[in-house]
Amino acid sequence: MISRSITEEYANKHGKIYWFLHDSIVIAGRNLLRFRRNPEVLFFDVVQPIIFILLFAYVFGGAIDVGDNSYRSFLIPGIFVQTIAFAGASAAIGLNADMNSGIIDRFKSLPMNTTGVLLGQNFAELARSVITLLIMSLTGLAIGWEINGGFLNAIFAYLLLLAFGFSMSWIGASIGLSVSSPQVASTAGFAWLFPLTFLSNAFVPTETLPTWLRIFAEWNLITSIVASCRYLFGYPMEVAVDAPFSLQHPIITTIIWLVVITAIFMPIAGKKFRKVTSR
Amino acid sequence: MSIAIEATDLIKKYGDVTALDGLSLKVEQGTVFGLLGPNGAGKTTAVRVLTTLLKPDSGSATVSGVDVINDPVHAREIIGLSGQNASVDENLTGIENLIMLGRLFRLPKKEAIIRAHDLLERFNLTDAAKRIVKTYSGGMRRRLDLAASLIANPIILFLDEPTTGLDPRSRLMMWDVIERLVAEGTTVLLTTQYLEEADQLADKIAVIDKGKVIAQGTADELKTQVGGERIDVVVDQSKAEQAAQALQSMASGKVVIEGEHVQAPVSGGGVKVVEAVRALDIAKIEIKEIQLRRPTLDDVFLSLTGHHAEEVKIEDENVLVKKGRR
Repeated sequence: MISRSITEEYANKHGKIYWFLHDSIVIAGRNLLRFRRNPEVLFFDVVQPIIFILLFAYVFGGAIDVGDNSYRSFLIPGIFVQTIAFAGASAAIGLNADMNSGIIDRFKSLPMNTTGVLLGQNFAELARSVITLLIMSLTGLAIGWEINGGFLNAIFAYLLLLAFGFSMSWIGASIGLSVSSPQVASTAGFAWLFPLTFLSNAFVPTETLPTWLRIFAEWNLITSIVASCRYLFGYPMEVAVDAPFSLQHPIITTIIWLVVITAIFMPIAGKKFRKVTSR
Repeated sequence: MSIAIEATDLIKKYGDVTALDGLSLKVEQGTVFGLLGPNGAGKTTAVRVLTTLLKPDSGSATVSGVDVINDPVHAREIIGLSGQNASVDENLTGIENLIMLGRLFRLPKKEAIIRAHDLLERFNLTDAAKRIVKTYSGGMRRRLDLAASLIANPIILFLDEPTTGLDPRSRLMMWDVIERLVAEGTTVLLTTQYLEEADQLADKIAVIDKGKVIAQGTADELKTQVGGERIDVVVDQSKAEQAAQALQSMASGKVVIEGEHVQAPVSGGGVKVVEAVRALDIAKIEIKEIQLRRPTLDDVFLSLTGHHAEEVKIEDENVLVKKGRR
């Protein structure tokens, strides 16, 4: 038997923020264990990224002309971004499943900070993104993709991608906490990602799009992060002098986007989470 | 005796549905309190309020003197809950579940591991420690869930229908586990639809219906409230009339004959059986069988709620389970 006073003494040794992070990390560890046991997740994290890289590189690789650069180099940052964007859907499904299971009651009955369930979920998504990026990068390198922008730039690109995944997971969390079942969460979590990722420069140059779509694509977050990654990995696209700010300065645009999205959706998810858990 | 759980005038409405309609109860420390009622009576809602999971619209509740509504964080350190749906992570193993919960209870990692192993051993789950919970039987899951609720070393334990859906063997095992906890000094509030379960485990029972306590007391008190005892004698059918006459003088009401059964209402318990044997012996009537019958909790339930009780037979060890129905 462990006496209560020992536990209390240990708990009081650290402040609220320490325990919030502690609880989030414990939950993140739990979610990663769950992922490891779920063959579907394994497929999403390991097999699908490889298939995507190979599929796009070999199937579309010859068909789409992107000028001087090889389509593979053009394409790989796009696939990175699309795959990482799925972290949003995954957060939606995971959180919704937790809310619909008895485990949340168990968490609530503990003297933990239950918001750690939310942050822990997104930490786990972040860890998945690291793995996914690693696998995609290795696959890419194996078929001839090269990083030409220098070491620090590459690190910066990866950090941007992870920050992107993290902000997507807050949108996903907001969706997952607003819908009734994991099935709906899955549909709603993915539905908006496809138009968003395809209406961008991820797979085709935006110049080919009709005007109204082109304006959307030019200001699309996906476009600016893909352009940032292309630049940082050493495959900058030519930018016309009359191109909008978002294309002239993709990195700054991306950072603004990520800050805005996180600033909006983190509190929304937090609010929804507290509402759902206080039912 | 100090009061471990106290609820006063709890009200909780979901739209038009009144889940709790002024529920009040008091549970003494170190006792088992049974909350008995049919589906939809408000049992689970009551437990959710008392365990800080749900805020009532009005009313107050304390556990060990701590206000569950205004000081839920402190209250959670006192209580444990094992719910109707086992609240453990199905995709983790038994040991992973308990270590995770121990750490969220803010035990140092090492202590969390030690405690997890202790609990698994205590609940006979050591062999299944490294199996994913998905593969557990219903009884194992409930035991793991109960083990999970004990991580925190609660002094008050809430068990929401701890044996619903379990086979008779697992149910007996669960009863045994609960009895051991009580012997160690834990105060237990359990909800159940099984009348036998309340009779078996609870020191005190509150019958609730439509969000209100409609009767309260020990199992014996509730039975007495519904009606007295009766002596049931089985004799040769030809002697039944004679036996009824012989028993009438000691009976507290009219003696009734049903075939070879002669039933005499009495008050006074076991002594009356001896008197009845003597009376029948003097009248030279051979007794095939004699029994003191007391009303079952089922009778209590029916007479208090006016709902019919449905009998469900589970074909094992002649355990008869009665299921309350609205």
